[in-house]
Amino acid sequence: MASATGQIGTAAAASRAPVHQYVAFAVMVLLLVAAPFAIYPIFIMKVLCFALFACAFNLLIGYVGLLSFGHAAFLGAAGYITGHAAKVWGLTPELAIVAGVATSAVLGLVVGALAIRRQGIYFAMITLALAQMLYFFCLQAPFTGGEDGIQAIPRGRLFGLIDLSDMMTLYVVVVIIFLAGFLLIYRTIHSPFGQVLKAIRENEPRAVSLGYDVDRYKLVAFVLSAALSGLAGATKVLVFQLASLTDVHWAMSGEVVLMALVGGLGTIFGPVAGAVVIISLQNYLAQLGAWVTVVQGVIFVLCVLAFRRGIMGELGRLLKRPF
Amino acid sequence: MTAEAILETEGLTKEFRGFVAVRNVALRVEPNTIHALIGPNGAGKTTCFNLLTKFLTPSAGRIVFKGRDITAARPSDIARMGLVRSFQISAVFGHLTALENVRIALQRQRGQSFDFWRSERTLDRYNGRARELLEAVGLEDYADAQAVELPYGRKRALEIATTIALDPELMLLDEPMAGMGHEDVARIADLIRTVAKGRTVLMVEHNLGVVADLSDTITVLARGEVLAEGDYARVSADPAVRSAYMGTED
Ligand SMILES: Nc1ncnc2c1ncn2[C@@H]1O[C@H](COP(=O)(O)OP(=O)(O)OP(=O)(O)O)[C@@H](O)[C@H]1O
Ligand SMILES: [Mg+2]
Repeated sequence: MASATGQIGTAAAASRAPVHQYVAFAVMVLLLVAAPFAIYPIFIMKVLCFALFACAFNLLIGYVGLLSFGHAAFLGAAGYITGHAAKVWGLTPELAIVAGVATSAVLGLVVGALAIRRQGIYFAMITLALAQMLYFFCLQAPFTGGEDGIQAIPRGRLFGLIDLSDMMTLYVVVVIIFLAGFLLIYRTIHSPFGQVLKAIRENEPRAVSLGYDVDRYKLVAFVLSAALSGLAGATKVLVFQLASLTDVHWAMSGEVVLMALVGGLGTIFGPVAGAVVIISLQNYLAQLGAWVTVVQGVIFVLCVLAFRRGIMGELGRLLKRPF
Repeated sequence: MTAEAILETEGLTKEFRGFVAVRNVALRVEPNTIHALIGPNGAGKTTCFNLLTKFLTPSAGRIVFKGRDITAARPSDIARMGLVRSFQISAVFGHLTALENVRIALQRQRGQSFDFWRSERTLDRYNGRARELLEAVGLEDYADAQAVELPYGRKRALEIATTIALDPELMLLDEPMAGMGHEDVARIADLIRTVAKGRTVLMVEHNLGVVADLSDTITVLARGEVLAEGDYARVSADPAVRSAYMGTED
């Protein structure tokens, strides 16, 4: 306990300037610079898209205490719209991404408005039900291509100038998108708004009794999370040039829960670590076929039983610093 | 007469599936007084607080605060009108520091702010006031401790500091001294007396010594109904009150 510190001012300043987090961030950027020389860039970009998705999801579960079980809807919907915009409307990639993100934000507003009045498991169930409705819509709607999805989506030229068919250019753009999303989430967590979110997570009735309209705070956080999930989905579609049903499937909603859980709920870097672990596992265990699911199940159980804080949560506890 | 009450209820009733927890309560709280609500366990005191702050919807009756009917208002609106409550079970934000706990209340002055793009540092201007409030409840050395790590009595003190931070016109305190040591009780009693200057306090408290010492008016509740009302001398002499307390005390 930090009792009787005497110099309270300095202690507060120390907690405000989390040097170790800046160091961790710098390490992450350095790894991103070095990685494409050692690892297949498409793989890293895939990890980055999922890392952003998991960070966006973690904003809700980790900092507001809301468990959404339908987050694939925002990843997938943005993907379809971005793919359609780039391929059929011929929009430049940045506009296609904006269209995708806007779609997910609006979808987030609708889903959030319907779900937020419910608590706990009911909240999760409503998000799941609405996401399933979107799944069947995507299965039936003509423009999504049904089982085939939207294929051969052109990456196009960013701002009409920068050709994204060049792998390294694409890599740089994806890294920038990821870092921008990551930093926005970091800032949100450490904003006056983020303080209120944490208060709601810690004790909702008390936040109400202090005069906070908690439903509105939750809704803004939900829309933000949906939009950032959309950014991940839109980027992913440009990387793989494919929008498919996988991204709106409930299994994808489950996967992002797993990533956040493995990495550490309510930690800054946890979802990134979780995405690295889960995507790598899927990649290296791909030849095992259906066994991947079993391995993931085992990891899930291990996390819940023995490894509650996740990778970054445990690391933070060991080093006595939050990551 | 009605014109001067800060809070007034008429026929306030709450029924839980046939069980009447609060029955036909007419409460009248005069401004700038400390008003105590006492009664045996299960009398309906906390339920009353929940009704007044809209955490529960009354089955019947009317609530008027500062001349405005608030029977249909939402709990967060009530707080913004100046009626703020504390909870019987200590309600702090566990994984925030004591300073941040108080600041959550102070930062509400900025209005409903959704500025997720702005730095936390914007809140530093509230730190001075937050420290003053922590000092007032004897928590100056705990400013950077996580609320969850504080001993129970200190948590209660923190909760009071957070409530005062909103500068409410009417403060509802549900057993502010429960679980506190002797010294803490004296300090919080002093604090309540101090903050009650220029505002109104309605409090539930089992410590009758404190109640006798602090309150201007006492309302005794038993089985959901008002049994007696008046100052301490009058209420404690009331035979109905005596038998209600005798009947349930162990
Ligand atoms: N949500 C609820 N549903 C059903 N019954 C309830 C509910 N809340 C309270 N009660 C009942 O209403 C009665 C009054 O409870 P209340 O908590 O208001 O008492 P109290 O006067 O605050 O008691 P204490 O001194 O123990 O805090 C009790 O019998 C309680 O069991
Ligand atoms: Mg009670």
